[in-house]
Amino acid sequence: MATQTQATLQAVPSAEDEAGQAYFDKIIAEDSRIEPADWMPEKYRKTLVRQMSQHAHSEIIGMQPEANWITRAPSLKRKAILMAKVQDEAGHGLYLYSATETLGTPRDVLNQQLLDGKAKYSSIFNYPANSWADMGAIGWLVDGAAIANQVPLCRASYGPYGRAMVRICKEESFHQRQGFEILLELSNGTPAQKQMAQDAVNRFYAPALMMFGPTDTDSPNSQQSMAWNIKRFSNDELRSRFVGMIQEQVKVLGLTLPDDKIRYNDETGMWEHGELNWDEFHEVLAGRGPCNAQRMERRREAHENGAWVREAAAAYANKKAQKAQVA
Amino acid sequence: MATGDQTAMAKPVETVETPAAEGHDKQAWPLWEVFVRSSRGLSHVHAGSLHAPDSEMAVRNARDLYTRRNEGVSLWVVPASAIVASDPDAKGEFFESPKGKDYRHATYYTKSEGVKHL
Repeated sequence: MATQTQATLQAVPSAEDEAGQAYFDKIIAEDSRIEPADWMPEKYRKTLVRQMSQHAHSEIIGMQPEANWITRAPSLKRKAILMAKVQDEAGHGLYLYSATETLGTPRDVLNQQLLDGKAKYSSIFNYPANSWADMGAIGWLVDGAAIANQVPLCRASYGPYGRAMVRICKEESFHQRQGFEILLELSNGTPAQKQMAQDAVNRFYAPALMMFGPTDTDSPNSQQSMAWNIKRFSNDELRSRFVGMIQEQVKVLGLTLPDDKIRYNDETGMWEHGELNWDEFHEVLAGRGPCNAQRMERRREAHENGAWVREAAAAYANKKAQKAQVA
Repeated sequence: MATGDQTAMAKPVETVETPAAEGHDKQAWPLWEVFVRSSRGLSHVHAGSLHAPDSEMAVRNARDLYTRRNEGVSLWVVPASAIVASDPDAKGEFFESPKGKDYRHATYYTKSEGVKHL
């Protein structure tokens, strides 16, 4: 009997929760922002922690394909640029972890979820970066898709997320432009260089389009995220907009996109593209992409190799604090 | 206004052991809130937070994390646990008193409309 009563009590939302929900609904309806200390539905909090930490993990894992090319960049200038870019990715990861922590999940817990393989990150980083031209294609297409996705997130209803995105978007535009420049230079180089650029675009085109996520009909969480003003546009809307932008930009590069189905649909006002291989997308997301194992292994290795640094710094801080207490 | 993002959160973080917090390492580096003065003549503004073992490392990490593009000429780092925020549950009530006191604003006084330099 006692347990039954308890269960009934739990099913009824408390007065506090009801007031919280009403206040939350009002803020969302006004298109205002939710801040960390506000009451929020548990699902809203969970959705954000999942989305934001996945985003942070993607930035951290995203350092790998490019860091891989730092030693082989063709000039000192390109090396310096690439290092700055990889450092930015680390920074973006940290902004996002910092914002995610405001939802009550500590940093080391988030980090552990990545190391344990419990958390996902963007499928795009499980593709190999085979040639120098891939640095160009990643900057132009991968960062380009990221920007198209992230600009609307600057207006996400959760304050700390939006603020982190504003900072990130400012920095991403450098990433995209430097990628475009790499491709442009290669495209205007020798026939072999131009071929290298075209080959990189061919390989990154479809995976970049898949970065926007499954089609709207296959994206069950999107609707709720849009109702909560976390997402402002659907996956297909953003993808279509991106296709429209790059089909124009590719002409300046003197290259082509590996898709003869691209066309503007006057009726829907959307850019259309060829079929994407969603089976491949789900395979990569499930951990069976070309580089998943390698990326995770490298990440764990880096974490373990840094353990002594973290311990030493903590020990030193501890010693200093004790000295200060004695003095 | 509550200052840092984390500070406004100080209460829930400390008192609510969410299931997600399981496995949290109590020895983890503490959290610092970072404030950046973007140029002389302006106040320090909250930029975000970071983890560091001590104040010295916190300042260095803050430089690397929040001023990679000349965003600042001065930095403050504050232990997140040292910031006291207004009670988030009080919502409007705490700030109730100034409401309805329009006479504290210049716009309340309309009779002087059109009078120059006033």
